[in-house]
Amino acid sequence: MSTSGPLEDADLVQLLTPAGELREHPEYSPRIAHLDADALRGMYRDMVLVRAFDDEATSLQRQGELGLWAQSLGQEAAQVGSGRALAAQDYVFPSYREHGVAHTRGLDLVDILRLFRGVDQGGWDPEEHRFHLYTLVIGSHTLHATGYAMGLQRDGLVATGDRERDTAVVTYFGDGATSQGDVSEALVFAAVNNAPLVLFCQNNQWAISEPTTRQTRVPLARRGEGFGVPGVRVDGNDVLATYAVTAEALERARSGGGPTLVEAFTYRMGAHTTSDDPTRYRSTSDDEYWRQRDPIDRLRTYLQSAGELGADFVADLDAEVAAFGERIRTTVRAMQPPAPVSLFDHVYGTPHSTLDAERAWFTEYEASFVGEPPQGQVAPAPAGASAGEVAL
Amino acid sequence: MSAAEASGHRGTQRLTLSKAINAGLRRALETDPKVLLMGEDIGPLGGVFRVTDGLHKDFGPDRVVDTPLAESGIVGTAIGLALRGYRPVCEIQFDGFIFPAFDQITTQLAKMRYRSRGRLSLPVVIRVPYGGGIGAIEHHSESPEVLFAHTAGLRVVTPATPADAFVMIQQAIASPDPVMFFEPKGRYWDKGEVDLDTTITSGDTQAGAAALAEMDRAHVARTGTDLTIAAYGAGVATALRAAEAAAADGVSIEVVDLRSISPLDAPTLVASVRRTGRCVVVHEAPVFYGAGGEIAARVTEECFYHLQAPVLRVGGFHTPYPANKVEHDYLPGVDRVLDAVDRAMAF
Repeated sequence: MSTSGPLEDADLVQLLTPAGELREHPEYSPRIAHLDADALRGMYRDMVLVRAFDDEATSLQRQGELGLWAQSLGQEAAQVGSGRALAAQDYVFPSYREHGVAHTRGLDLVDILRLFRGVDQGGWDPEEHRFHLYTLVIGSHTLHATGYAMGLQRDGLVATGDRERDTAVVTYFGDGATSQGDVSEALVFAAVNNAPLVLFCQNNQWAISEPTTRQTRVPLARRGEGFGVPGVRVDGNDVLATYAVTAEALERARSGGGPTLVEAFTYRMGAHTTSDDPTRYRSTSDDEYWRQRDPIDRLRTYLQSAGELGADFVADLDAEVAAFGERIRTTVRAMQPPAPVSLFDHVYGTPHSTLDAERAWFTEYEASFVGEPPQGQVAPAPAGASAGEVAL
Repeated sequence: MSAAEASGHRGTQRLTLSKAINAGLRRALETDPKVLLMGEDIGPLGGVFRVTDGLHKDFGPDRVVDTPLAESGIVGTAIGLALRGYRPVCEIQFDGFIFPAFDQITTQLAKMRYRSRGRLSLPVVIRVPYGGGIGAIEHHSESPEVLFAHTAGLRVVTPATPADAFVMIQQAIASPDPVMFFEPKGRYWDKGEVDLDTTITSGDTQAGAAALAEMDRAHVARTGTDLTIAAYGAGVATALRAAEAAAADGVSIEVVDLRSISPLDAPTLVASVRRTGRCVVVHEAPVFYGAGGEIAARVTEECFYHLQAPVLRVGGFHTPYPANKVEHDYLPGVDRVLDAVDRAMAF
């Protein structure tokens, strides 16, 4: 596949070049005019912390502390840029790699690791951060996002003119998910209902081992045209362009202008998950090409050349990264499996006699082991030993 | 939870099963502003079976929503609406059209509460006209209820009478759990007395919890002493007719209308079989891996020393639903039920 073509696409919105230089764009440059040096350093800090988290999680999987890990490596700009464009009241429906967006929503990223360690199937309170649980079946959640947006319309939270009140929904998915019928159905439902929705596709060019050419013959940003959903193609490794494009799409959604499809063109610098082996299907020259377009390097170069990356800031951030890493390792290793009988909890909201009978049987069975540790209550094995693999 | 309350003096009316559901939907729409209906052709047309007749006119297009023709989209957006605090009631036009939504129902709808450790609740009802016997073309006569009963997190219920239909649709809507509401379409035109004074509303009262729990209960539809027929949905009327015919031959049959398939009200059924000593299970769905297998296993485990005969099953065959000119050879009619009764009595 071509590695040089897409970034030269004339329609690709880019505000910060791979060399770290600002580029003028008549429509989108004004969208970042208010971002001062503090705001840019904030985005830089976000990306550095998210990458540190991703590195730690990868290491913890290699040490057997996590059953699996889905890396966000290389997609920090697409996630932090779009996440920082959100208003507090907006709602996010992520896929399973949106660690950077989670960070911008104020989640403690360590909570995400509960799912990957196998001690929980969620890990956080979606309402608290207005950030839904991860969805592993690709594309399914784009419909949930659409329905949620339809609910916002019914609640009178669109096009009121009150910036504190008008609300939008953003849903994240990948290039592979665009082939799922649910994504097309989400485009249909969002379009005919004029739902306040941003469909944010991170085209990281790889769906496990399949290149985007196995999913589409046209840029994915054009996928919305036939549905009546406008599309924008943005350099997903450019945090500023991603911010600007998302901010514009969100504003259109909140003001009653309907849905937008954003294609953030980026690159999955890591493996699909820790179970994957990209050396079997893609070249190291591709990796090298994209390493030179690293989203964090780009902003660092810009800030440095602008004299806005002081030694104190860098030192503080280094210390923050080190402390964060320590906290991740300590917290994850301390995560214990839930009590076995808790596997019966929260299946239903009201009593279900069949389930209740099974729980009663299990409780009695557990209690029947006198003087020996009941099954499932032996000292916890490393999570990696039992968590197994899931094909994401 | 919900509160059952006598409200006003609407009294009792003789309604068809479809009109009873219509009345139940209307009551829910009147009572709870968060209730909304979604589906294909449910608006001005009133649904292909007219179950939502008149509701679009009275409650408007935002609450009685004609959706795009995409079942996964219907259920998927209903999940999103429920996350936003709504109580969507989805109509799947026919049983055989539910499969495009199967993933959303089993993978997403059923598991959201569990995955979120109880933080998220999806009070979604999925109405499915099901079953055969109406001379329909293929994909319009199937009985897929067990596929959903096999999925934890869903409740699966099916009314057999207009009276139950009116109350159970309200209970399903008031339930905090996703409910698969299977409507025996072959009985849509059957009439019965409906007590319109029952209103089930959302609320956190003890009475409300009790009213919801009632949805899970099996009912003894006819008492008898020699044999129990366990049936649900359209099978209940067949079982009652078979019981009538058997009575003429001196065999006293008790008919248990299960009403709920998940959960299964095993105690009511077990108590009946312990009294009668024999059990025949009737459903239109294929016998092979069907509800009857589960019921037979449970009855055998709990009534072993009371049984005079093995538990027998009468239902569809291990074939696709056949062309309608031979559907009555496929469906468990009165004669096939009586054949099973004879075999059980001969032990």
